[in-house]
Amino acid sequence: MKIGTPKEASSGEARVAMTPESALALQKLGHECLVEAGAGKAAGFPDARYKEVGVTIVKTPAALWKASDIIAKVRPPNDTEAKRLTEGKTLISLFYPLQNEDQMAKIADQGASVIAMDMVPRISRAQKMDALSSMANIAGYRAVIEAGNNFGRFFTGQITAAGKVPPAKVLVVGAGVAGLAAIGTATSLGAITYAFDVRPEVAEQIESMGAEFVFLDFEENQQDGASTGGYAAPSSPEFREKQLEKFRTLAPDIDIVITTALIPGRDAPKLWLADMVALMKPGSVVVDLAAERGGNCDLTVADEKIVSPNGVTVVGYTDFPSRMAAQSSTLYSTNIRHMMSDLTPEKDGQVNHNMEDDVIRGSTVTHQGAITFPPPPPKVQAIAAKPKEKQKEKTRAELQAEEMAAFKQQTKNQVSLLVIGGALTLGLGLIAPVSFMQHFIVFVLSVFVGFQVIWNVSHSLHTPLMAVTNAISSIIILGALMQIGSGSYLVVILAAASVFMAGINIFGGFMVTRRMLAMFQKS
Amino acid sequence: MEFGFTTAAYVVAAVLFILSLGGLSGQESAKRAVWYGIVGMALAAFATLIGPGQGLWALSLILIAAGGLVGYQLASKVGMTQMPELVAGMHALVGLAAVFVGFNAHFEMVRVSEMDGAAKAALEGFAALIAKKPFVELSILRVELVLGIFIGAVTFTGSVIAYGKLAGKVSSAATKLPGGHALNAGAAIISLLGLLAYLNSGEMLPLAVMTLMALFIGYHLIMGIGGADMPVVVSMLNSYSGWAAAAIGFSLGNDLLIVVGALVGSSGAILSYIMCKAMNRSFVSVILGGFGGESGPQMKVDGEQIAIEADGVASALNDADSVVIIPGYGMAVAQAQQAVSELTKRLIAKGKTVRFAIHPVAGRLPGHMNVLLAEAKVPYDIVLEMDEINDDFTQTDVAIVIGSNDIVNPAAQDDPNSPIAGMPVLECWKSKQVFVSKRGQGTGYSGIENPLFFKENTRMFYGDAKQSLDKLLSIID
Repeated sequence: MKIGTPKEASSGEARVAMTPESALALQKLGHECLVEAGAGKAAGFPDARYKEVGVTIVKTPAALWKASDIIAKVRPPNDTEAKRLTEGKTLISLFYPLQNEDQMAKIADQGASVIAMDMVPRISRAQKMDALSSMANIAGYRAVIEAGNNFGRFFTGQITAAGKVPPAKVLVVGAGVAGLAAIGTATSLGAITYAFDVRPEVAEQIESMGAEFVFLDFEENQQDGASTGGYAAPSSPEFREKQLEKFRTLAPDIDIVITTALIPGRDAPKLWLADMVALMKPGSVVVDLAAERGGNCDLTVADEKIVSPNGVTVVGYTDFPSRMAAQSSTLYSTNIRHMMSDLTPEKDGQVNHNMEDDVIRGSTVTHQGAITFPPPPPKVQAIAAKPKEKQKEKTRAELQAEEMAAFKQQTKNQVSLLVIGGALTLGLGLIAPVSFMQHFIVFVLSVFVGFQVIWNVSHSLHTPLMAVTNAISSIIILGALMQIGSGSYLVVILAAASVFMAGINIFGGFMVTRRMLAMFQKS
Repeated sequence: MEFGFTTAAYVVAAVLFILSLGGLSGQESAKRAVWYGIVGMALAAFATLIGPGQGLWALSLILIAAGGLVGYQLASKVGMTQMPELVAGMHALVGLAAVFVGFNAHFEMVRVSEMDGAAKAALEGFAALIAKKPFVELSILRVELVLGIFIGAVTFTGSVIAYGKLAGKVSSAATKLPGGHALNAGAAIISLLGLLAYLNSGEMLPLAVMTLMALFIGYHLIMGIGGADMPVVVSMLNSYSGWAAAAIGFSLGNDLLIVVGALVGSSGAILSYIMCKAMNRSFVSVILGGFGGESGPQMKVDGEQIAIEADGVASALNDADSVVIIPGYGMAVAQAQQAVSELTKRLIAKGKTVRFAIHPVAGRLPGHMNVLLAEAKVPYDIVLEMDEINDDFTQTDVAIVIGSNDIVNPAAQDDPNSPIAGMPVLECWKSKQVFVSKRGQGTGYSGIENPLFFKENTRMFYGDAKQSLDKLLSIID
């Protein structure tokens, strides 16, 4: 099949859906690659590089769309492009079917297939094609860089000869992929980072990235992210109130706010209100990654950077990934390549559009003249592990009671064992002769000592323990030595054999133990 | 004749033996502890030779030296993967020696009882001891003697079979003769009858019958236990060899034998207990063989096992910060411990945290994995026990399972109907990614399907463990 990548039509879009590197991999799958002249220029991939790896350069967009069976691009198609999708062609791009229903219907009528990279189901197997995640990762990183660009101070605290620099305090709202990437970037630059999310299960991820989870003391049946495909769901008004109150108390201290809160299929929730911006210090920065969907901040203007009356910069750019076109093209083209390799299971250049496959089915929005959106729920449901019923913290009193009960039980067991053991010994003493009892005492004491000693043996030394006990159990040699001198030939022969065998055991056992122990070395 | 010096030497030897076992609580003190054991043994043998055992000095010394030579040869040649066989084989020797010594005691008893008073007075050594005994003590002596021979005989055949299974000379599957445990019970009853008959008559025949029965029980009992339960079996036989020595000690009236026998016996018993607990099974169910009754159908496992090649594992390892390796019997079989050690070294050199998680029943002998890793020069402070590491899996990037199966089976926790339900397992599936090095798709020894292999974050790295790791090593540098 021929895979073609046109130059992105929308101005200001620097990304490209195919890099020379991904073209190589696609060719290995048996496909032929085409690219429109100048498509990769803005991302730093000149035509010459494509030519080197055997990609055909096509002069005009019209020719490219005509020649290709599969078109891979970044942004959703515009009307002209949509018209070019004739029957049998497949488009792979970000598509946002919910916002693009008209176009989706039109393309379905034309008989073309669309695979929407933004609809790849969130299951582990599909992570390699999850373009939203890879783009969000870049956006999160870039948001911090952008904030730093507009922020007049260091991120990291320093004590220099010229005075003390306090560290910047960064608050990240929404710990999705973009949020986590922002946290990671901010902490690695040395800022003190706080993060908030409505999904309590991400607290651990936040802390693992080095930020402090802003804990909201709120009793509610908090929804479980796994049921909504790992995304956040709208929260109750009471919860929202509490959340805003918390932000208000934080606002005066925070230097940089990065908001990434999005709810699928809705406008972005307003979380950083005008009064919070007013509370912030002059020179502070708000970067709103949700600007495209209305923004999390009241003051956000999409695609623009504004300065509030009290001197806070609010950045509302919507093209963060495009601002790092080289990186985002590499990642996005890799996502596409993975999608293609799933579509070409035999690696023979033949596309098998398998609608039974969860990932392909989930991301296909039109196929063979029909709209196939929304997809049925995937068969494999595994995003976050089911939350375990949290065990209730036991109160002090309960713990003490438990300890007491355990102690009593232990005492009871011990006493009853002692009583039984004692009774048995006494009973034995009644019938057995004195000479036997003398040995018996030795025996019981030795067993006792043995139990006390062996419990302390380190787990890793169990094999040497067996070898040593093996060696010393050949103490039976004493019996044989005592017998060897007194009696008939038969006795001598048997005793001699025993001495010989015990001899093997003693030397063998100790030797091998020493060999083993010599190997245990500390690092 | 009293041997004051001998008794004193025995006391010292007993103390040395206790210290020798106690010293095994730490790797460093253990090295010293072995010397305590050696000195104790030398002292005990020396004291016996110059004391009650002064019959055939030269012969004794020659035999000890010859035995020592054989033992030395064996011990210096044996590979660490063959430890289980060696230990089992040596148990067999102790068992057989106990049987011989027991029979000797019987012969002496018969001989002495045929003598008249004057001859008795002239006796020396062990015979003299018997001669002095009144009738009641003689019956007790017989009981002790039978016990010693019985346990010794069970230990002997049991250990021989265990050796065969571990060395791969006998099929490691659990096999039973028709009749199963009824046969064992029958043999036990006949032994009991033999004991009663022997108590009354003091003749050779019932003793011989009893011994044969004991030999059969040892054989049949161990044949019915499968490979995965071998850690329990070996430690149980260890325990038996101790009890046999103690019983013989009673019949010979030798306190040192009793002390050491009891020490070894209780040591083996505790090891068996630890092993059973680690498998969440009762001692009885292990000894009776096979897994306990199932309470319902096992959970079905959905999904597929996804294979991965060496380069995939290598790139995951390159990206990982913390790695946990879980070795099992498969590593020992494939002799892969050197490769594992090499891998560990390289990963550590790259600044990654590498640790080992050892399940108590991994391998075929208690502590087997520790010894193998130590042999391959893996430092022991990164080798951790199950309880120490189980909580850390959530913070682990990559867990590598090498040749273990049941000890990483999540069904033990999730599926109440699983035969291993409730057994503590290493929760490696909680780490971000799990690689399982395994020969093929088959189930492990116990025949239980392992849901771990089907998990989303698990990748199967098929192939012989050593070859797989060598391949991996050639990529990671």
